[in-house]
Amino acid sequence: MTTFAPAATASRLDHQPGGGRPKARKSPYPYWFLIPGGLIFTIFFLVPSVMAFYFSLTRWTLFDQEFIGLDNYVQFFREPALASGLWHTIVYAAVTSGLKVVLGMALAVLLTGPILGRGFMRSVAFFPVLVSTIGVGLTFQVLMHPTKGVINQALDLIGITGPAWLVDPDWALLSVALVDVWQGVGLATVIYMAGILSIPGEYFEAAKVDGAGPWHRFRHVTLPLAKPAGVSVIILSLIGGMRKFDLIWAMTKGGPGFTSDVMASVVYKQYQAGFYGLSTAGNVVLFLLVIVIVLPLFWSFNRSEDTR
Amino acid sequence: MNTRTRPNYWLSALAIVLFAVVFLIPFAFIVLTAAKSQTESALLQFSWPTEWAFVQNLRAVVEARDYLLIIAFINSTILTVASVAVVVVLAAMAAFVLQRRKGRWTSGLNLVVLSGLVIPPAVVPTIWVLQQTGLFKTMPGLILVEIAYAMAFCVLLFQAFIASVPRELDEAATIDGAGPVGLFFRVVFPLLRPIIVTIVVVQSVFVWNDFASPLYFLPGDENATVQLTLFNFQGQYTNAYNLLFMDILLVTVPPLIMFMIFQRQIVSGMVAGSVKG
Repeated sequence: MTTFAPAATASRLDHQPGGGRPKARKSPYPYWFLIPGGLIFTIFFLVPSVMAFYFSLTRWTLFDQEFIGLDNYVQFFREPALASGLWHTIVYAAVTSGLKVVLGMALAVLLTGPILGRGFMRSVAFFPVLVSTIGVGLTFQVLMHPTKGVINQALDLIGITGPAWLVDPDWALLSVALVDVWQGVGLATVIYMAGILSIPGEYFEAAKVDGAGPWHRFRHVTLPLAKPAGVSVIILSLIGGMRKFDLIWAMTKGGPGFTSDVMASVVYKQYQAGFYGLSTAGNVVLFLLVIVIVLPLFWSFNRSEDTR
Repeated sequence: MNTRTRPNYWLSALAIVLFAVVFLIPFAFIVLTAAKSQTESALLQFSWPTEWAFVQNLRAVVEARDYLLIIAFINSTILTVASVAVVVVLAAMAAFVLQRRKGRWTSGLNLVVLSGLVIPPAVVPTIWVLQQTGLFKTMPGLILVEIAYAMAFCVLLFQAFIASVPRELDEAATIDGAGPVGLFFRVVFPLLRPIIVTIVVVQSVFVWNDFASPLYFLPGDENATVQLTLFNFQGQYTNAYNLLFMDILLVTVPPLIMFMIFQRQIVSGMVAGSVKG
């Protein structure tokens, strides 16, 4: 309470040009505000992320560790069951991201167009985003039952014999990816909708006056001007797709065989089996994969933003 | 876009039916199956239950394995409330300073924050950290991990919002004699209400639905969380689909309520968060 007056005069002095700033004046934005949050973030996120690089070079049981160099990585890429996880991760991320981009854009155009009931449709499409992924996975596991499942029963009605979905090695990964799209497309849609709704209406009017049809208006007005939203959807869904674990684990546990194993499930399986070093090496590979794919996207986007 | 054009009724009807089929049937399936008897549910059909066993199923699920579901609900609630409450305060404090002090220091820190959104968490090393600090397999340990994972997202959202809070306010409060703590908690923090509501709702849903973190960092039945119980349930009751779907229904109810009350904040928060990231 006694420091009141000096502090007040000090900040008033601040506004005078060239006013002497007492050296001891405390900033109203002290750095220690960063400490509690930063400490938790550092200890439980940054430290493990950095230590992962070291632990991935060891044979490790949590209690003692033995430095073995790159052996874990060699083993990872030699064993087809593990290395295929890397490939599956890329396929899964590309498929889910691609479908979310295209379908999200289509739904957003639909829902910002001249249509009734858009509030209802937006809510309905968005709700799965908030539902427990495990619940969604278990539900679709039942819906996708090869013979009794609702999906194949419905396909039978219109004369299509549906695939065996999760039980078919060729379809398992794709089936999970489709469920992922079902759950996540609502988020892509609302991001696109926000992007489209921020485009000034005059642009569409002007294009119309100039004789541009709906397709041209979409191609030359909506698409370029909604690009920031599109980039967000791509980056977000790629990162999410590469890190996906719960949906895959709930639906297939990586099976049949290893046909739907992705990096995150490989990491968990190796952890369960007690190969902590190998599991951490998988984590590092996933980390590098995310960086290699996402960083160039960030850069190219920032550059095209600057030149515009 | 163009509000003056007449709505296209055919397209509207078609779209509404399509959305209902694609997005609502799975939920209708959950509710209907949860109300069936065990033999009927095993047919996996999308049909009206011939006899309603909703209440019996509800009781059976709740009582299963010594009321494990109740314990899981309590645990998940503690986890969600504690981690969200702490992360909101700490992230707001950090975002305030990061937003107000622009310099080489803080822009470096911003990059670190951004990394928190991109980097997949290193799970086994996190277990190692938890073990070193004696927090492995404890609720406080899991709460701290959830806070750490949520920190980056929350700081970014807060920063964007604080940018719209005028600096003059800080100066006025400082002139009136407020110290940094008073300035932040008495003046700035109350102004952040809209974004706080958004973050609380979105983060609560995230933490409630989180499966991987409890799986790694808080294994064991006595510490069960709802998602883990749900996952283990399918292994234990292989053919009791009515009970499995009752469980799914119960676990889905809290986010549903959140969604119905806070739809606008959730949607805007997720859009803002993703556009930032």
